[in-house]
Amino acid sequence: MNEALLISGMFIVTFGVRYVLFAVAGRVHFPAWLSTGLGFVPPAVLTAIIVPAVLIPQGQLWISPTNPWLLASLVAIITAFVRKDLLTTIVVGMLAFSLFRFGLGL
Amino acid sequence: MTNTTMLPPEPSLPTSASAKKQRRDEFIGGAKATLPLIVGAIPFGIIFGTLAEPSGLSVAGALAMSIIVFAGASQFIVLGLLAAGAALPIIIATTFVVNLRHILYAANLVPNVRHLPQRWRILMAFGLTDETFAAVSNRYLQQDDIRDAHWFYLGSFCAMYGNWVLCTAIGVALGELFPDMTQWGLDFAMSVTFIGMVVPYLKNKPMWACVIVAAAMAIATAALPHKLGLLIAALSGIAVGLSFHMLLARQSRKHARPNGEQA
Repeated sequence: MNEALLISGMFIVTFGVRYVLFAVAGRVHFPAWLSTGLGFVPPAVLTAIIVPAVLIPQGQLWISPTNPWLLASLVAIITAFVRKDLLTTIVVGMLAFSLFRFGLGL
Repeated sequence: MTNTTMLPPEPSLPTSASAKKQRRDEFIGGAKATLPLIVGAIPFGIIFGTLAEPSGLSVAGALAMSIIVFAGASQFIVLGLLAAGAALPIIIATTFVVNLRHILYAANLVPNVRHLPQRWRILMAFGLTDETFAAVSNRYLQQDDIRDAHWFYLGSFCAMYGNWVLCTAIGVALGELFPDMTQWGLDFAMSVTFIGMVVPYLKNKPMWACVIVAAAMAIATAALPHKLGLLIAALSGIAVGLSFHMLLARQSRKHARPNGEQA
């Protein structure tokens, strides 16, 4: 992988997205459906990343009560629903993962 | 860009001196308002730095990415894609989709940057992150006077940026010192962070539909080459969520119309 090309490409698309509306400042009107649609982008993208990482952690679909990634994710999901605080979710989720993976040796 | 913020006010120019003090206060206020959010970003930056080399990114590449791209979530995702051997165009397209949310932030901020010269807007656009958006939105809500608010923004941006680059460097160094750190399950830190970010979105049926479809499609397309499944799954989720939302909106309009309130 050519890292210079990788980083330039990432810079162009990221900065482009951040700058385009500032550049034209107010001369563009955003249709309602587009801003609603954009609201779905973060949860959709993040879910599409989390689910394979948790259910296919080692190359094969692993839906089982002995999958520590899956168990710790369930703990994290419950924590996130109870306490709407990102840092708590991260800490509790990581503790759960360490317990299942290294403590119980799952 | 003049870098006069941090200099002491000049006694010979009382009016500009007070203007400078106000700018400095705004700058420091912005940095302060961002501090609690930085605490959350610290482990993120360190973990990114540690995971970079095992994922196939050089030390220089990891630092350059944090300095030049400056977009936490997408940098993480790119590490995952690199480790999976994804092709460059897929990586760039994924970065684009992941960072699309920033356009919503920009749309919200446009009324507050319209009066500024382009060089300011370029700088502010570069520094537009979830955290700075949260901090400056509060500032704009609480105070109507936006004459020097861009200095507040700059303060928030500098605090975030300095922290992100520093934490990346710390992470890279830790990764060099403890090469087996990747065995500690740090990659799960990314999943758990994203879980904590997704759950607050789950407030209505369209959002649930979006997430469930994205999850199912991510599994269904997991075997596709180049991690193409991520894009397909995300776009499917967005399409279903948006359609569901528009359907509900249309129904509620139909119900509202007989009352004669909504046209």
